[in-house]
Amino acid sequence: MSIEATSPNSGVSGKQSAALPESWSRPPFIKNHLLRWGLLLGVVLYLYLSIGSLEVNWTRIYEGLDRGAKFVFGFMNPNFAGRWNDISEGIIESLVMTVTSTVIGIAISIPIGFGAASNLAPLPIYLFCRGIIALSRSFQEIIVAILFVAIFGFGPLAGVLTLSFATIGFLSKLLAEDIESIDKSQAEAVKATGSPWWQWINYGVQPQIMPRLIGLSLYRLDINFRESAVVGLVGAGGIGATLNTAFDRYEYDTAAAILILIIGIVMLSEYISGYIRAGVQ
Amino acid sequence: MLEIKQLVKKYRTGDLAINGVDLKVDKGQVMALIGPSGAGKSTLIRCVNRLEAPTSGEIWFNGENIVKLRSGKLRKARRNMGMIFQEYALVERLTVMENVLSGRLGYVGFWRSYLRKFPQTDVKEAFRLLEKVGLEKMFNKRADELSGGQRQRVGIARALIQNPDILLVDEPTASLDPKTSRQIMRLITELCEEQQLAAIINIHDVALAQMFSERIVGLREGSIVYDGSPDDLKPDVLTEIYGEEDWTAVRIRKAKKGQDSEVDEEPVSEEHMAELM
Repeated sequence: MSIEATSPNSGVSGKQSAALPESWSRPPFIKNHLLRWGLLLGVVLYLYLSIGSLEVNWTRIYEGLDRGAKFVFGFMNPNFAGRWNDISEGIIESLVMTVTSTVIGIAISIPIGFGAASNLAPLPIYLFCRGIIALSRSFQEIIVAILFVAIFGFGPLAGVLTLSFATIGFLSKLLAEDIESIDKSQAEAVKATGSPWWQWINYGVQPQIMPRLIGLSLYRLDINFRESAVVGLVGAGGIGATLNTAFDRYEYDTAAAILILIIGIVMLSEYISGYIRAGVQ
Repeated sequence: MLEIKQLVKKYRTGDLAINGVDLKVDKGQVMALIGPSGAGKSTLIRCVNRLEAPTSGEIWFNGENIVKLRSGKLRKARRNMGMIFQEYALVERLTVMENVLSGRLGYVGFWRSYLRKFPQTDVKEAFRLLEKVGLEKMFNKRADELSGGQRQRVGIARALIQNPDILLVDEPTASLDPKTSRQIMRLITELCEEQQLAAIINIHDVALAQMFSERIVGLREGSIVYDGSPDDLKPDVLTEIYGEEDWTAVRIRKAKKGQDSEVDEEPVSEEHMAELM
């Protein structure tokens, strides 16, 4: 017989083996000792040298402490009332930008996410969609905002486009990864019924990715709110513009009021999205 | 009705999973496919509905060569083959009803299925089948709330609502306890008989195969080494299929306990089955 036969009766033997090891340690991740210790030494050396290359100007720091203190004291007594009209206008504009850009971003991200999932899309579509994702991810929001402000002028339109663009890179990538890790057998079972493609997506794939899609969308909503404050600094509208003006006028108390509002809104949306996410599991 | 001719499946890794299989299954015939792990049982039935693409050979089903079919026609052919899976493969986050109705997706348009507005005849049939498998009260439960046996029943209803000509059953009882396994096998074979359905059932458990099928095919290393009635499955045949093993071991252990000193040559008897129950 070509296949090894072991009878259940003779398989277990009572005899003692002479040369069994007495101790055991976990096999190292990198087998070569020289390489393993060399890498560690290299990292430590590099860290030491790079810290040494930082120039520290102590007198400048001493002078700056004053300004820093003013900033911090601004937080102690934030001034909401002084420029309340500007602040509320900015906040409302930011919220509008956030919601609009998130919705536009999600609407574009879903098809791109499906196209970027290697288990669904044919190679040319996969590469095209991955290309868009890479493009969107390689530019920081500020850089994109500067470009869009140059094209569309100052104001929230540039901000909305910037945030939509950034949403695509984030959401499509994570959605594609979730699609790639679905349980294949569930999707296969729906396919085996003779279901056409769109119905197969609707029944075999969509239910599996829905919780993640909702979770990511809510998460992106509060990222977009935070980012709307940042892109405002370069003129793309929203609360960031108000914040920028406050800094320019050295009104740290107003700036502090704005930052506190941003923190409050982000925390609130974090709480709400956590609540919703728990509900859709 | 189903005729497989010289089927070969070679994986890209170079493994030869199916090595020239010829097999014919008639209308209404329940056939068990046995063999060791890795013998190609799963691959064989997955080739029939083209979840795997065969390397060469022909699969004739209702007058069409499945191997040659393209997307649209392949989907139409798949509608006539119900499949039941080892790990049930229900869509976990959908309800029992949605899972059962997904068996009709090949017949229902996109918007109807998207809005869950299935034709009334389909819904009625779904309720009838759910009652048949004993889950008539569970239709709004989510699939992940069910036990293993209940899930497999939903899987059976999903396959049957397709109104297929053949059932492809891949290790239906591998994750179930002995009692549930028997109930599931009984359910499958009864429904097959009732609707004059043919079935290919991959199964590990030789006793179950003998108990519930009229024909047994033994697969070893991608080739058929036995094709005959369940009663002719003697130790030498099992050795041919699975390799050398002491097929009387179960008997001997029993004999040692002093209950019965006579060693029965028959590897799997009624007694053995009773013991497993």
